[in-house]
Amino acid sequence: MLASQNNNNQKMLTTDGIPLKKKLSKALFRSRLRAFGLVTPLLLLISIGFVFPIIVFLTRGVYNDTFEKYMVNLTPILAEWDGKSEPTEDMYEALVLDLVWLKETKNIGKVASRMNRELSGSRSLFTSSARKAKKLEAPFKESLTKVKKKWAKLETWRAMKVTSQSLSPVFLASALDMKYTAEGTIVQKSPERRIHVKLFIRTLEISLVVVIAGLILGYPVAFLLANLPIRISNLLLILVLLPFWTSLLVRTTAWIAMLQGQGVLNDLFVVFGIATDEDRFTLIYNKAGTLISMTHILLPFMILPIYSVMKTIPPSYVRAAKSMGATNWTAFWRIYFPQTIPGIGAGAILVFILAISFYITPALVGGQDGTMISNFIDYHMRKSLNWSLAAAMGGVLLVIILFLYWIYDRVVGIDNMKLG
Amino acid sequence: MKILKLLFASVSTLVFASVVNADSITVVSWGGAYTKSQVEAYHKPWQNKTGNQVVSEDYSGGLAEVKAQVESGNVTWDVVDVELSDALQGCDEGILETIDPSTLPAAPDGTPATKDFMDGALQECAVGNIVWSTIYAYDKTKFSTPPTTMADFFNVEKFPGKRGMRKLGKAMLEMALMGDGVPAEEVYDLLGTEAGVQRAFAKLDTIKDHVVWWEAGAQPPQLLADGEVTMTIVWNGRIFNAIAAEGQPFGLVWDGQVYDLDLFVIPKGSKNKEAALDFIRFSTDTQRLADQASWINYGPVRASSIPLIGSYHSDSSIKMIDHMPTTEAALKNALQNDFEFWADNGEELNERFNAWLAN
Repeated sequence: MLASQNNNNQKMLTTDGIPLKKKLSKALFRSRLRAFGLVTPLLLLISIGFVFPIIVFLTRGVYNDTFEKYMVNLTPILAEWDGKSEPTEDMYEALVLDLVWLKETKNIGKVASRMNRELSGSRSLFTSSARKAKKLEAPFKESLTKVKKKWAKLETWRAMKVTSQSLSPVFLASALDMKYTAEGTIVQKSPERRIHVKLFIRTLEISLVVVIAGLILGYPVAFLLANLPIRISNLLLILVLLPFWTSLLVRTTAWIAMLQGQGVLNDLFVVFGIATDEDRFTLIYNKAGTLISMTHILLPFMILPIYSVMKTIPPSYVRAAKSMGATNWTAFWRIYFPQTIPGIGAGAILVFILAISFYITPALVGGQDGTMISNFIDYHMRKSLNWSLAAAMGGVLLVIILFLYWIYDRVVGIDNMKLG
Repeated sequence: MKILKLLFASVSTLVFASVVNADSITVVSWGGAYTKSQVEAYHKPWQNKTGNQVVSEDYSGGLAEVKAQVESGNVTWDVVDVELSDALQGCDEGILETIDPSTLPAAPDGTPATKDFMDGALQECAVGNIVWSTIYAYDKTKFSTPPTTMADFFNVEKFPGKRGMRKLGKAMLEMALMGDGVPAEEVYDLLGTEAGVQRAFAKLDTIKDHVVWWEAGAQPPQLLADGEVTMTIVWNGRIFNAIAAEGQPFGLVWDGQVYDLDLFVIPKGSKNKEAALDFIRFSTDTQRLADQASWINYGPVRASSIPLIGSYHSDSSIKMIDHMPTTEAALKNALQNDFEFWADNGEELNERFNAWLAN
């Protein structure tokens, strides 16, 4: 039916003889192009400066070709080796060839560092053997083990086999406290080496507490902001915004001055007899310190979305409820509160996502039990230089956040979020 | 027309000349009193001599920034003051320029630089600058009998109060073993075994609840001054500065010290390599190293600099030689940081240290 109608209207032309449909789509295309042109700079900036580097960096977590790239002779042989039988003379010969070449091209340090992450002590094994590799003669198995006994150990070769696989879950496993073996299986690390899973859980726990504390503290403030006379509420708004505009570092150090053993708060406690001078409260350099300062720092992110949603709720609804006999509580809980949920949703997810990746504040005030996973990503980026592990941990964190976001969408619904 | 051409030529040469003459190099060091000593003893005299500018930046150690700069091809640092283990690792990884030690100035008496520098201070990619030490200091006002040994640091019954420690395995594990009665010369042999590592952690366990962990070198003197801790592990120069310049009532203990070297390196691909080399040659000559020692008690690495060490820059009653980590008394039970040991085992031990901290 529709098709035949279209056929009948086929002759509908514009003044210059072009079919109307064509002309219309052309005009639409042009305006779309113009709109696209306007967002292109931003799109380019985001993809070049944000999406692309993140993807490139995340691939480091599963792909590290240091060994394959520099140990050209040994890598293919290792791929065929079963990881159990005695290493053959061929393998030793290839190893010596590679070591000689690595020494000449000054790349030995790269392979040695990569190997040392897999097996402690490999760094000096590689660098010192490479220094002597040129003078070694066949049979290489004998001459190389004479230089360092470790070359005869199966453990060394198994570690090399693991490292020689460029695309491997070795770092992802490590990010989850597990170890990838030469057979391709994944086993759990010994208890005194397990740390990351615990930190992921602690990070989620801290973030959740910060969200809940922010909600309890922020909701009444937002309510006051939205309902007080404009002159007072503006003043109050400035009090909320002033810390919001202050540098994060300044606010964190201010909390150090407040909370430390000889700090303002503890001094007050002593004055009022809540604590004795010798036995002051430990409020900082632990989890309590992280929680207190993070809650304060993230509070504006909770207050502002709730406030802007409350601002749009007409006061007549609550009045109407009361006029029909609702008590104060019922009017609030049944009428007012449900209307603020979009604001709570927005504030909660904003605070949670910011909190989960917080690292300056926990680094400064976290001590030992208040540090978070991002502090360890930072540690591997800046101190241990294990960028692959940092990338793997970052990847895991990203997956956790996306998963929680998905759950949030299913439970609360992302359309229910409102920033104003 | 001719005049115009001439004018143009002279202007352009002027501009060109000023660009060539006024090099500006970025020298990166550890900040605080240490950087100040370098600015006074190295940067200012070098600027006066060459007319070049030195931009001083601070960092908190490690090779991450250097690695990032070299890998991205955008090297903005020209000279970096690093620890020995980092100098070696960076050289192995090919992110540092090589420096020919034969181009360094000889001692005043003609001893070539290669003989004048102490062992380990001249590396393929690095030139030594100072000897510094990790020691512990205490608040004199808190104890009637002052602590004297490494074991006292771990004795919270006899010497109550919180302890400040560096949040890193390096030096802390060695000190734990020495605090447990292991003589300095046996520490690394023991730490190379599983039993030794466990013993070190067991010793750290005894004071774990009393420790405030620090990361930046400026923190421990502050913790001590604030009364947050009664004793803290600290770098010897920082605590000396707090005592000499700020008059703080702190005492320090040399027993069980772990000393190490700091060296100058040049990141690979530095745009001012020649100027950077000239700066390093100038700064590590006999007189300059001795001058540096009158600002902070980090020992010069040149033998010929030792007799030239004077008194503290603002107080001539403080003879700096008595406060160096390399005096006979200070070296009685001292350990030199074993860079090869840490290059090999650092990753594993730090991982275990972190896991121990989090548990």
